[in-house]
Amino acid sequence: MSLGRMVSQLAGGMFVSIQIFLVTLIFSLPLGMVVAFGRMSKHPLLQGAVKAYISIMRGTPLMLQLMVVYFGPYYLFGIKITNSYRLWAAWIGFVINYAAYFAEIYRSGIQSMPIGQYEAAKMLGYGKARTFFTIILPQVIKRILPSITNEVITLVKDTSLAFTISVLEMFAIAKALASSQTSLLPFAAAGIFYYVFNLVVAVGMEHVEKKLSYYQ
Amino acid sequence: MTLLEMNHVRKSFDGTQVLRDISLSVAQGEIVSVIGPSGSGKSTLLRCATMLETMDSGELIYLGERAAWSDGSGGIVYAPKKKLKKIQENYGLVFQNFNLFPHFSVMKNITDAPISVQKKSREEAYALGRELLKKMGLEDKADAYPFQLSGGQCQRVAIARALALQPKLLFFDEPTSALDPELTGEVLKVIRSLADLHIAMVIVTHEMAFAKDISDRVIFMAEGVIVEEGTPEQVFASANERTRSFLGKYGDMGRG
Ligand SMILES: Nc1ncnc2c1ncn2[C@@H]1O[C@H](COP(=O)(O)OP(=O)(O)OP(=O)(O)O)[C@@H](O)[C@H]1O
Ligand SMILES: [Mg+2]
Repeated sequence: MSLGRMVSQLAGGMFVSIQIFLVTLIFSLPLGMVVAFGRMSKHPLLQGAVKAYISIMRGTPLMLQLMVVYFGPYYLFGIKITNSYRLWAAWIGFVINYAAYFAEIYRSGIQSMPIGQYEAAKMLGYGKARTFFTIILPQVIKRILPSITNEVITLVKDTSLAFTISVLEMFAIAKALASSQTSLLPFAAAGIFYYVFNLVVAVGMEHVEKKLSYYQ
Repeated sequence: MTLLEMNHVRKSFDGTQVLRDISLSVAQGEIVSVIGPSGSGKSTLLRCATMLETMDSGELIYLGERAAWSDGSGGIVYAPKKKLKKIQENYGLVFQNFNLFPHFSVMKNITDAPISVQKKSREEAYALGRELLKKMGLEDKADAYPFQLSGGQCQRVAIARALALQPKLLFFDEPTSALDPELTGEVLKVIRSLADLHIAMVIVTHEMAFAKDISDRVIFMAEGVIVEEGTPEQVFASANERTRSFLGKYGDMGRG
């Protein structure tokens, strides 16, 4: 196999990895907020259900969750698993897992806000939604940014778990190439890819943190 | 018309009565100080008046509009949300610890509510904001953030923020007690200067000399009841034993 073909295959894997990464963030970040509100709900049934969901997502391996999402439809309902479902299963598995983690980060951030901010907003006539979106949320984001950064960096590495349901992302391809070519080069390439990816993420998040450092 | 009327207000926390049948009224433009020992229920009274706390029973009326009333079977009814919102426009509150929005500049702290709640134009809100900052002696701080200000400056911004909504009544809950002693003077001076705006003020304070000087009326509270109220001269020269013993703790400032 030529080096060119190897590189193009790895590039394909890279594309899938980045795709999983972006899809996960785009959907789990807002979904996490919804989950956080469910978790903080005064409704005992809703709160209990969300609590159980978060606890399962955080208490079992992501790899296992991916397999359940992928094979579940067949074993539970006898639905035939198509090839195109693979990537969907990865997306779904990642999104529901990360939403649980983000929800807990949001919750701790929201609950750390001093009550005085809500009371001041109320005295100034802000409604509930305006208070949340213009007063509370911006401050919460600043507070939780370091925790979010940690999760995002973990996500970069976690995308490699999609290989367990045979999604051809970076790691799966590197592994296949390494054994067919009996070379460590693909692994080295994969390592460099994840490292650079994380570097970009870290620099990006640092930039956001700087942007938010105009106040204390 | 009476601006604020509170009738037979009661409030308990976990079975402890904090306000026991308090009645109080404030006329337009009137300056009322509320004094009393720690734990007597002064903050709770303000929080009930501003609806940050719901009362257990009693009546709350602004300009003849009922915000809350007893339902006759021991419970309390509050007016519909929309009406409460309207009633709320009559008053503002200045907190002990300012509660400025740290992510907003000074100017934005002052102008955001006029713009987004009252739907004032940006120009109008900023003009008013600049005027208020000038009154507070903070013209040069419009673009600063709260963390860059001293406590006294923060409190003056908080006062400007409350004034920007042009309330008829401004409540203060110990506006200077979170400040270093050398900073209380500047805040008290600013509050004094508001007298000519002819808005009514209800000020909970431990600054006796200030209360005596600025107030039209002084209310002395202890253990959830109003023990005594009257002109500063009356209250500060009171023969009432509880009043005397409280004022005695303030030494010369409380006397004569
Ligand atoms: N949210 C609350 N939950 C339980 N108890 C409360 C609450 N708020 C106030 N209390 C109690 O009610 C009593 C009166 O409190 P309040 O804050 O109104 O007193 P205060 O006169 O403002 O005192 P200070 O001069 O110290 O500010 C106190 O015993 C206080 O512990
Ligand atoms: Mg108090």
